[in-house]
Amino acid sequence: MKRDYLLLLTLTVTILLLPPLLPGDYYVEVLLFAGINVLVALGLSLLTGYAGQISLGHAGFYGMGAYISGALTAHLGWPVPLAAITALLATAFVAALVGWPTLRLKGHYLAMATLGLGIILYILFVQLRGITGGASGLSGIRPVHLGDLYFDTPRRYCYLVWSIVVLAFLFSINLVHSRTGMALRALHYSEVAASTLGIDVAMYKLKVFVLSAVFAALGGILYAHYITFISPETFGFMYSVDLVVMIVLGGMHSIWGALLGGTFLSLLPEALHRLEDLEVMVHGLILLLVLIFLPKGFVGLIEKVGEKIHGAP
Amino acid sequence: MVNLIQYLFAGLTMGVIYALTGVGFNLIYNATGVINFAQGEFVMVGAMLLYTFQEVLHIPSPIALVLVVIGGIIVGLVFEHTVVKPLMPMGVITVIIGTIGASVVLRGGAMLIWGKDALAVSPLLSERPIFLFGAALNTQVLVVMAITALAVLFLWYFFSHTIVGRAIQACAMNPLAALLAGIPMEEMMALSFLLSGSLSALAGGLIAPITLAEYDMGTMLALKGFCAAIIGGLGNNPGAFVGGLLLGVMEGLSAGYLSSGYKDALAFLVLILILLWRPEGLISRGRGERV
Repeated sequence: MKRDYLLLLTLTVTILLLPPLLPGDYYVEVLLFAGINVLVALGLSLLTGYAGQISLGHAGFYGMGAYISGALTAHLGWPVPLAAITALLATAFVAALVGWPTLRLKGHYLAMATLGLGIILYILFVQLRGITGGASGLSGIRPVHLGDLYFDTPRRYCYLVWSIVVLAFLFSINLVHSRTGMALRALHYSEVAASTLGIDVAMYKLKVFVLSAVFAALGGILYAHYITFISPETFGFMYSVDLVVMIVLGGMHSIWGALLGGTFLSLLPEALHRLEDLEVMVHGLILLLVLIFLPKGFVGLIEKVGEKIHGAP
Repeated sequence: MVNLIQYLFAGLTMGVIYALTGVGFNLIYNATGVINFAQGEFVMVGAMLLYTFQEVLHIPSPIALVLVVIGGIIVGLVFEHTVVKPLMPMGVITVIIGTIGASVVLRGGAMLIWGKDALAVSPLLSERPIFLFGAALNTQVLVVMAITALAVLFLWYFFSHTIVGRAIQACAMNPLAALLAGIPMEEMMALSFLLSGSLSALAGGLIAPITLAEYDMGTMLALKGFCAAIIGGLGNNPGAFVGGLLLGVMEGLSAGYLSSGYKDALAFLVLILILLWRPEGLISRGRGERV
């Protein structure tokens, strides 16, 4: 736990120092979007790493956050905080609605149910033209401000995003080391053993799932109010898959995996600009190769190197 | 009345495809406990292969369809060897994520090979529709029904009358006991993937002339095939058949009488309701595992 706080401190300092050192606004923006991806991936990694479930609908939750918060400010002129909270609550409600029947069951029904939910939400983003603007997108989303302080430059918004990421990590570290976290890890090892110890397995899984959906929605809200224009393709199935790639790449067993995987996959398109159509397949291949050859991801690799240097852990 | 027949037949045709896909899910689920997210891509590959054999290489349709099934067998076996087997020791969730990766690779690969546009494939018999009770029917509908009936007959005979088929079922019922009885588990697992791949590719080849072949057709088919399997109770093959037909007819009728926009949402709604109300499926008894 001490190590986690130390890592968080390192992350905070790095993020504080990094934006002024970057050569231009473009790179600050890349960092900003990496932060959003890390936030959403962090939620998914809690679900997979601690509840042993996988979701293929997180792009949908991400979209719900973006569209609900965006539409409320664009159409009705709501203040951003109120719209954001409404979006978070609505997403939590939908997640609970889908999670409740599927997480009571042993096995991996949640994955298929969330795949379906993701598709339905995408259809709604395209079809509900009056609210979402349909395929041509929703514009006029209000920017974020605190009193007179407008988060309208990439650098300011980058700090806003990463502050929220740091807070989310703080929350997650505490969660992982709390009673809830221990219960979750117990049920990851053996659901039967956990339930004989009086752990309400289904309830814990549902809580983590709803929490991870809320993280995704928060990411969507941050995205929408920065870009101020959103269209459905951002929230399609491929983003859900990319999130899975991020947590596998980073290491599913640790929340820090989300940070490494999320950052890496956000930077990858910058390095591989020319791929375009190949990108989808490359992401799939990365996923498969990492699973087979590096099952604990980057974090596992770092731990191994650490062990080599320091001897046995 | 004429409309009703038309909707019913359209629904049954899609239902048969969902049923075949659902059985594909079941075969792999029974062998490994894994829900295979690349199942829809198996179907897509079948459709694409039929396009290549029939439209590009001009191989006669019946032979092309046989080649499609062989292609499905290869896909199933390669999938088992490269994705499932190496990941199996790391647990079910890892294998499931692996199948997600494989589905993306297959879809991306298909997009590179066959492009992004939907490809037209001509029907097995004639282009001209036939008339039944005044309703115009695509002849492919009859082809789909007939070949599926043959496949079902084959499956039924295989699973209930051959020693290999019964061995596969034994593995699904109780792996430990099956191993003790001397059943070679690894080969049975490979065989399950072979069967699953071939059935799904067949489904793809059959449906291609009706829905066109497209690189991203797999996701929706997978979702609906899974829904069919859930309606029948996951792992129950006759159940998946009834489930597929039921879902297809419901879809056909709702597309005809309500709105075709709601068609795709229906499967998802049914899926959630069944999981909520009868997770063991409508047809099977017991087996519903609650935590």
